[in-house]
Amino acid sequence: MIELQFFARYRDVLGSSGEQLMWTPELSTLEDLRQLLLARGEAWQVLAEPRLMCARNQELCTLDEPLADGDEIAFFPPVTGG
Amino acid sequence: MLIEVQQAHFDPGERLNRLHADHLGVGAVVGFVGYVRDYNEGDPVSGMWLEHYPGMTEKALTGIVEQAQARWPLLDVQVLHRVGQLEPGEPIVFVGVACAHRQAAFEANAFIMDYLKTRAPFWKREATPDGERWVDARDSDEVALSRWKTD
Repeated sequence: MIELQFFARYRDVLGSSGEQLMWTPELSTLEDLRQLLLARGEAWQVLAEPRLMCARNQELCTLDEPLADGDEIAFFPPVTGG
Repeated sequence: MLIEVQQAHFDPGERLNRLHADHLGVGAVVGFVGYVRDYNEGDPVSGMWLEHYPGMTEKALTGIVEQAQARWPLLDVQVLHRVGQLEPGEPIVFVGVACAHRQAAFEANAFIMDYLKTRAPFWKREATPDGERWVDARDSDEVALSRWKTD
């Protein structure tokens, strides 16, 4: 199982703060997961933004990061704290 | 090292004073306080909502401070970031660095703030007369970060 989370504007656009998703061997990287989500329809194109940020198990990473069963994955827009 | 993420108000002066209380070897304390402005992008701002990623936020801030500690001889570091509803004039963030000498304190403080702005999972949503909007990240923050890259 993958624990998926969305934050800030992405959560608003998707109308969801996250979900649990079945992991399969085809989902070998975060990019594979992102492509699966993009195929869901219009609202999901927000995940195509070039400045999208992502984290695996609460650490920032890039889309070529490997994905494993049990991971917590988050997608979010550029951060604006401080 | 003290990392705090909280909703409650805080007193920046009290925070600053605390940084040299425990170390008589401290010769320099540099404190940064970020405040909520009453305008942004040319529009009046009446309030702000700070969202974060609980769990990751604390890890990210700790990681940033550890990088600073590896780079400068820091005697103490405090990072406090508020979340939730904030009003104009209220402090959002405090970064305080205590060192023997001023140069390391100035540099480490700027380093921590530059990384916090671009790598710590916080997001601002501000209230304007036209409604609420998510604040856009600034390219200048990434540029500021690039000065610390050593490769």
